[in-house]
Amino acid sequence: MAEAESPLAIYQAHLEKGELAYQWSPEAGRAVFYPRLVCPYSGSTVLEWRVASGLGTVYATTVTHPQQGGPYNVALIDCDEGFRLMSRVEEIAPMAVAIGMRVKFRVHPAEGDQPAYPVFVPVEGAR
Amino acid sequence: MNGLQRGAAAVVGAAESDLGHVADGFNVIDLMAQGIARAAEDAGLKIRDIDGLICATTQARTSGLSLSEYLGISPRFVDTTILGGSSFMFHVAHAVAALQLGLCEVAAIAYGSTQRSVGRRQASVREVNPYETPYRPFLPSTAYALAASRHMHEFGTTREQMAEVAVAARQWALLNPAAWEKKPLTIPEVLSARMVSYPFTVRDICLVTDGGGAIILTTPERAKDLKKPPAYVLGCGQAITHANISSMPDLTVSGALESGRQAFAMAGLKPSDIDVVELYDAFTINTILFLEDLGFCPKGEGGRFVEGGRIAPGGALPVNTNGGGLSYCHPGMYGLFLLIEAVRQLRGESAARQVPNAQTAVAHGNGGVLSSQSTIILGTAATV
Repeated sequence: MAEAESPLAIYQAHLEKGELAYQWSPEAGRAVFYPRLVCPYSGSTVLEWRVASGLGTVYATTVTHPQQGGPYNVALIDCDEGFRLMSRVEEIAPMAVAIGMRVKFRVHPAEGDQPAYPVFVPVEGAR
Repeated sequence: MNGLQRGAAAVVGAAESDLGHVADGFNVIDLMAQGIARAAEDAGLKIRDIDGLICATTQARTSGLSLSEYLGISPRFVDTTILGGSSFMFHVAHAVAALQLGLCEVAAIAYGSTQRSVGRRQASVREVNPYETPYRPFLPSTAYALAASRHMHEFGTTREQMAEVAVAARQWALLNPAAWEKKPLTIPEVLSARMVSYPFTVRDICLVTDGGGAIILTTPERAKDLKKPPAYVLGCGQAITHANISSMPDLTVSGALESGRQAFAMAGLKPSDIDVVELYDAFTINTILFLEDLGFCPKGEGGRFVEGGRIAPGGALPVNTNGGGLSYCHPGMYGLFLLIEAVRQLRGESAARQVPNAQTAVAHGNGGVLSSQSTIILGTAATV
C-alpha cells in the first residue's frame, strides 16, 4: 500500500497556508523535525502532524560571505514546541542575529523552482 | 570496540600518492593505485599479496571494482564504506575484524581525490535538502561555523584561540616538506583574512588540494617479518550522531566523546598516555572540539588549552604534526593522512617534525558536518 502524500508534500502544503508544521511522536512524547515516516526517538511509525506557534529562540548563528553578493545569515532555531530547524533571521543585519534572541516565523513565498520556506524575524519586529 | 582484539592487526605500510595539484589527466584510481604501490614498497610486500581491498572516494561510483581491475587483483575481502572524511578510520576497524577472522591476510586501505584539479563542485556533488538548501548554507563551512558560534557562546571561546590552531598547524607544516603551505602565518593574519562564514576566515578552513594514499595492514605474525616496525592497532571507536547540522543533538559535543571512550577502553590507555595526537582539522574549531571530546582537556577549555603555542612544535602536546588539513593537504576526505602521519611518528620517520620517542598515537577522523567520528589508537611493539 502506497502512502497518499510524502511528508515533504504535507509540510509544504502547510507552508502554502502560512503554517509551520512539525510532527509529534506520541510514543516518544516529543516533537520530530524534519518530517518523516519513522520517529527517530522511538522507531514508531505513528507520527501526528501539528502546527507550531511560530515562536522560537536562536540556538546558533553564522554569517555567510559569498564570493558574489552580500553576506547573509544562516541560523538554527529552537522552536518552542521542542524541535530545531535551519533558517534565517531577517529584518536585522546578519551580524546582529544573536544566540538567545527570540524570533517569530513567517513564510518566505515561493519563487520560481524554490517552494515557500520558513524564515524568522525578531519578536519585537514581528508583524 | 567490542569484539575487536587489541593488537590483532598492525599497519605495516603507509604512503601518500602525489599531493597538492597532481599532473593533468590523473584520476582518483591512479592516485589510489600509486598510494598502494608506494605503501606496498614501504612494507616490503607485493601488490599480489593484497587480498583485502578497502577504499573510498567521492569521484568513482564503484571504486572497489575500478581499483581491483586496475591492480589486477580479485580480493577476498572488499569494503567501500563511505561516511565522509572519517571513512578510513572506520575502514581500519573493518580491516582489524577481517584480519582477526581470517577473511584476508593483507588489507590495503586507499583514497584518491582530484578535487583541486577538477573543482570542488565536480568532485563532491552537493545533495539538495529541502529543509536546508533554501538558506544557501555554504557547506561544510556554514555548519562548522554554527558549531563554533555555539562554542563561543557557551564557553567564551575566541576567534584568537581558534586562530592559534591555524598558526600551530602552519608551524608544523613548515617542518614538513610535503606540506602545501610554505610561508609562516600569524594570528592577526588569520583574523584579517577573507571572511567566509563568520567566525571563520579562509585561514580557519582547510585547504582544497588533490591527493591520496594508502596504508596496509596485516596480522601481527606476518607484520614481524616485514621491512618497517609495525604500528599496532590498539584501539578503535566510532559514533554517528547525525547527517545534517540541523539534526546534531548538541553543537558543542561531538561523537568523538563516544568514539574516544571506546578506543581508549579497547587500548587500555588514557589521554595522558598518548605521545602524538592527529585530529581531523577541517576547521579550527574541530581541533578544539576533539581535544575536549577525546579527553585531552575538559569540555569548554579547548580554546584556552591551545593558547600560547601549546599544540605547536615545542609545545606540551604535539597535535597535527604533519601540518594538518589546514596547512599540509586536504583533498576532501582527509582521514587517511592522519593515519599515515601517526604511523610515521611511531616509526621515528618524521625527520624535522619527529616527536621524540613516540610510542602511542591517536588518529581521530571526522566526517560530514561533525556527523561521523572514529578514533584509532596506534602503538609501537613496546605497547602491545
